[in-house]
Amino acid sequence: MNPGMTLLSMERVTGGYGDADILHEVDLKVEKGEIVVVVGPNGAGKSTAMKAVFGLVRVRRGHIWFDGSPVAGWTPDRIVRRGVCYVPQVDNVFRDMTVHENLEMGAFIRRGDLSAAFDKVYGLFPDLVSKRREAAGRLSGGQRQMVAMGRALMLDPKLLLLDEPTAGLSPKYMERIFEIVRDVRAAGVSILLVEQHAKQALAFADRGYVLAAGRNRRDGTGGALLADPEIARLFLGG
Amino acid sequence: MTLLDFVNFHVVPGLVLGSIYALGAIGVTLVFGVMRFAHLAHGDLATLGAFVALGVVRFAGVGPWQALPVAMLVAAAVAIGADRLFYEHLRKRPLILTVIASLGVALMLRSLVQVGFGVDPQSYVRGLVRPDVFFGIRVREREVLTVLTAFGLVAALGAFLAYTRWGKAMRAMSDNPDLARLSGVDTRVVTALTWGVVGALAAAAGFFLGLNTELRSMMGWQMLLPMFAAAILGGVGRVEGALLGGLVVGLVEETSVIFLPAQYKSATAFVILLAMLAVRPTGLLRGKVL
Ligand SMILES: Nc1ncnc2c1ncn2[C@@H]1O[C@H](COP(=O)(O)OP(=O)(O)OP(=O)(O)O)[C@@H](O)[C@H]1O
Ligand SMILES: [Mg+2]
Repeated sequence: MNPGMTLLSMERVTGGYGDADILHEVDLKVEKGEIVVVVGPNGAGKSTAMKAVFGLVRVRRGHIWFDGSPVAGWTPDRIVRRGVCYVPQVDNVFRDMTVHENLEMGAFIRRGDLSAAFDKVYGLFPDLVSKRREAAGRLSGGQRQMVAMGRALMLDPKLLLLDEPTAGLSPKYMERIFEIVRDVRAAGVSILLVEQHAKQALAFADRGYVLAAGRNRRDGTGGALLADPEIARLFLGG
Repeated sequence: MTLLDFVNFHVVPGLVLGSIYALGAIGVTLVFGVMRFAHLAHGDLATLGAFVALGVVRFAGVGPWQALPVAMLVAAAVAIGADRLFYEHLRKRPLILTVIASLGVALMLRSLVQVGFGVDPQSYVRGLVRPDVFFGIRVREREVLTVLTAFGLVAALGAFLAYTRWGKAMRAMSDNPDLARLSGVDTRVVTALTWGVVGALAAAAGFFLGLNTELRSMMGWQMLLPMFAAAILGGVGRVEGALLGGLVVGLVEETSVIFLPAQYKSATAFVILLAMLAVRPTGLLRGKVL
C-alpha cells in the first residue's frame, strides 16, 4: 500500500508496564481515513497497545510511527501537538469541571479563539449543549462518554484513539456512539477503536485486528473477520 | 454577657483568627488537591513569611503593609524551591515519604527563622493600638484590613481558578492528573504554580497572625492543627470550603473560652478535626480528593 497513506504504524512492538512484557511483537496500522477496530478478550493488551502509542507504556523493542515520525518515547503533549488524541477506557473526563471546561481542556495547547472548535463539537454532540454548565461527573455514562470524545476532538486530531467508548452503555447509546464515530470519520478523522461489542463494530470497520495474550491473532477487513468461523467461535461469542 | 460584649470579645477576634486560618487552610487544601499529600511544613512556611516581612520592616524601614508583598514573593520562591529540592525526587515513591520530608522542611525553616531572629517574641510595630468604636463595636484598623485582605486574596484565587487558562489547568490536574497530561498540560508548570500560590498565601497567613498578635518562631507550627482542621472541615480540595472551615474554626476557638478555660482554646480545633473525621470525613462541602 502507498506508504504516504499510512498514518499510524506499530511494528513488532514489545513492551509493558514493569519488567514483564504485556505486548509481544504487535503489528498494527491505521491508514488515512480508516476506522480500524481492535477486538480481543479481556486482558489481551488492547488498552496497552493504545497506551503504547501515547508513550504511557515502556516500549522495549519495535517501532511506532505516526505520520512519518518515530513517536516512541515522546511525551503525551508532543504527541497531542502532532495530531493524535486519546480517550482512555476509564477516568476519561474531569469530573469536577463543567462539560464546557472539559472541552476547553481538550484544546489546552491551542491559544486563541476556540469558538469554531466548540461549534463543531457541540454540533457532533447536541445532547451536550444543554449540559454545558454541569459538572461532567454528574452526567449519565453515555453523556460522559460524549464529553470524553468531545474533549479529544477539540484539537481537530488526525487520529482519534477510542478505548471501549460503549462499555456499560445501553444498546441505544451504543448505536448513538457508533453513529458519531462514523460522523467523525466522515469529517476527516481516522479512528482506532477498541471494542467489546466486536460484531457491531467490525460491521462498520474498514479493517480489524484480533489481539489475544498480547499478540496479533488475526487481521483483515471487518467483513472478513466477521465471516471467519474460528474468529467467530473464539472471540465473537458463536 | 451582653450581645455587644459577645461581638467584641468573641466574634471580632474569631473573624480575624478565622480569616488567618482560612488563608492557611487554602494552602493545605491546594497541596492536598494537586500534590495529594499533607504538607507539614505549611505552618513554618507561614512563620518564614511573617519573619521575612519583619526583616523587610527592620532593614528597609518601611511599614509592615509594604513588606507583605515581598514576604509573599519570598515564601512563594521558598515553597517552589523546597519542592524542587526535597519533594520532587520522591514523586514516584509512596506519599508518606513526601509527608515526612515536609516535616524535615518544617524543622529547617523554623531553624532558619530562629537563627536569623532569635526565639523571643517580636512585633512589627511598637506600642498599643487603640481600637475604633463603631456603634459600640470595637475594632482596630488592622483587624478590618486583615479580614478584607484575606477575603480579597481568596476571591482573587477563586477568580484565577475559575477563569484563567492556568487556573483551569490547576483544577484539571487536581481532578484527573493523567487526563491533564494527555490534554497536553505541562504538569511541572502546574506544580510550580501551585507551590507559588501556596507559599504566598502561607506568608500572608503568618503576616496577619504576627500583625494581630506577635511574631514567635513557633507561631506557624502551632497554627498547623487549626489549618488542617479547617481544610478538612471545608472538604479537602475545595477553596471555598477552606474559607468556610477557617472561619468556623476561628469563631469556635474564640467562643470556646466562654465555656472552657482559655488554655484549652487550641484544643477545640483538635476536637473539630476528630469529630469531622468521625462523622463526615468528606467535609461540609464534600471534598474532592477524600
Ligand atoms: N497499569 C498497569 N500496570 C501493570 N499491569 C497492567 C496495567 N494495566 C494493565 N495491566 C495488565 O496488562 C494486561 C493487559 O491489560 P489491558 O488493559 O491492555 O487489556 P485489555 O485488552 O484492554 O482488557 P479489557 O478488555 O479488560 O480492557 C493485563 O494482564 C493487565 O493486568
Ligand atoms: Mg482495555
